[in-house]
Amino acid sequence: MTDKFISIEAIAKRYPGAGGATTTVFENLWLSMARGEFACVIGHSGCGKTTVLNILAGLDAPSEGAVIVDGQAISGTSLDRAVIFQSHALLPWRTVLGNVTYAASSKWRNWDRAKVKAHAQTFIDLVGLTGSEHKRPSELSGGMKQRVGIARALSITPKIMLMDEPFSALDALTRGTLQDEVRRICLETGQTAFMISHDVDEAIYLADKIFLMTNGPGALLAEVVENPLPRDRGRTDLHRHPLYYALRNHIIDFLVTRSKTFTAETPGHDPRNVPLVHIGKPGLTIASSGDEQRQTWIPGTSPGLTA
Amino acid sequence: MSSSLRLRAGLVSIALLAAFLGIWHLATHSTGPVATMSPEYAKLMGLTATQGKSAMPGPLDVGAKLWEHLRRPFYDNGPNDKGLGIQLGYSIARVGTGYLLAVLVAIPLGFLIGMSPLLSKALDPFIQVLKPISPLAWMPLALYTIKDSSISAIFVIFICSIWPMLLNTVFGVASVRKEWINVARTLEVGTIRRAFTVVLPAAAPTILTGMRISIGIAWLVIVAAEMLVGGTGIGYFVWNEWNNLSITNVIIAILLIGIVGMLLDQILARFTRMVTFPE
Ligand SMILES: Nc1ncnc2c1ncn2[C@@H]1O[C@H](COP(=O)(O)OP(=O)(O)OP(=O)(O)O)[C@@H](O)[C@H]1O
Ligand SMILES: [Mg+2]
Repeated sequence: MTDKFISIEAIAKRYPGAGGATTTVFENLWLSMARGEFACVIGHSGCGKTTVLNILAGLDAPSEGAVIVDGQAISGTSLDRAVIFQSHALLPWRTVLGNVTYAASSKWRNWDRAKVKAHAQTFIDLVGLTGSEHKRPSELSGGMKQRVGIARALSITPKIMLMDEPFSALDALTRGTLQDEVRRICLETGQTAFMISHDVDEAIYLADKIFLMTNGPGALLAEVVENPLPRDRGRTDLHRHPLYYALRNHIIDFLVTRSKTFTAETPGHDPRNVPLVHIGKPGLTIASSGDEQRQTWIPGTSPGLTA
Repeated sequence: MSSSLRLRAGLVSIALLAAFLGIWHLATHSTGPVATMSPEYAKLMGLTATQGKSAMPGPLDVGAKLWEHLRRPFYDNGPNDKGLGIQLGYSIARVGTGYLLAVLVAIPLGFLIGMSPLLSKALDPFIQVLKPISPLAWMPLALYTIKDSSISAIFVIFICSIWPMLLNTVFGVASVRKEWINVARTLEVGTIRRAFTVVLPAAAPTILTGMRISIGIAWLVIVAAEMLVGGTGIGYFVWNEWNNLSITNVIIAILLIGIVGMLLDQILARFTRMVTFPE
């Protein structure tokens, strides 16, 4: 059994719907992550990705079930779990430095100003914003704002980074640079990262594991796809890897067709033991870790598309 | 471009002022029919009747009188004859006291109501009923309970300036962007620190707008309140000069009320600009 650093156990989220009925966004959702792992969630709009992330952050409480982090059930937010918001959520009345020091001084309340400032400065330098410390968010470009958000999240030296589509509002070039930076920082600091993404290539580049969610309401975690690409992959030669297209096609097939049909076609789906899909030749399948059911998907035989 | 626009606007303003003063001068200068009457009666009737001079003072009369007032703003010759500076000082002091008391009540209370949906719903009917009451309607009740005309005037200022501030504070606090609150929550910032570091700066522009509306209303109301309670203040001065039939002084008072009101508004506008943040 792998070390379950994060374990989401049987969570459900329900909202009161029209006429006394309840809408179930998802129920009986299980998901686990090992320490230092980078996971990406992919699913269609409205399936409940943000809801899962907010529950994991402690910003939202599940209607049922529990989230266990490092052996303890969470109750609310924590400085160990930093969130990078989709809309960057910088405080507009504070400067770049002010936004980062606000986070740092919240974590280390007895530090003096100079120490907090020096600490914040190292993270501003890390994301490449040296020289813009005294600008206000309104004077920054979208990419720079998102960098401040990253610096703010990192400055509290969290154990887990939760990212809700952090780059979706950026142009392709800026997005690429920031992906490189986030990947480098997460590897260097050994972060456990949970990221929501709409971009398949982003997920392939960043994630060790990709969670595929079916469409809501009543969304399911359909599969966990293991990334077969080597850990030292580069963003530019990603597509040269022999398994890249197989992986990409598998995810896109899921998004295009199987995300709608999965629930109806897989009556025996066990939400507790979500199939772990390993892309590649059968002989390359690595040893199973734990009681998870393993599937091997061979390019060209797409099992989910036979219907 | 914008500086030349400002220059042209300034020139037009001066031209309009000159035109206004000119028309005013001509309108009040024209002599009416002179009635023939006995000298004793003419003495009683004054210049209006004997020389056909208009009862309305012209700009030159007002200017001369204003100059006289400005040279001696703080003289005090007993209850019915005080310098304009003293009268304005009384009014500003009353407005200031009532307004500051209202700030002290409205902002903390607005914070509580804005942060608590329960309180907000529970207090809403009271606020809805109390808000549209003309502040002067409270005057008899205030006089009866407080038994002091000066404090009653302050109370009336308090009650009229509290509503815009209270409602704006409630609205500003309740509509702080959820993502900013979430930032504070993920950083485990406590409620008090959150109120000062997130809610207050986020709501400050809305709160200051309420304060600016309030000071305007307070300055409108003080004139009427002082006419009622009498004794001192610019409102009393206006009423007293009306009883003296000194239209010149009434016009001067009107001018000064306008200028002071504008200054108060400008002060609050400057504070509002200081706390406004670009997004
Ligand atoms: N307060 C609410 N009341 C009722 N339904 C809600 C509420 N908040 C969210 N939902 C529903 O929950 C579902 C999941 O929302 P969520 O924001 O998690 O989606 P998402 O997967 O993040 O979508 P996107 O990719 O567009 O961000 C949506 O269908 C939405 O309608
Ligand atoms: Mg979302």
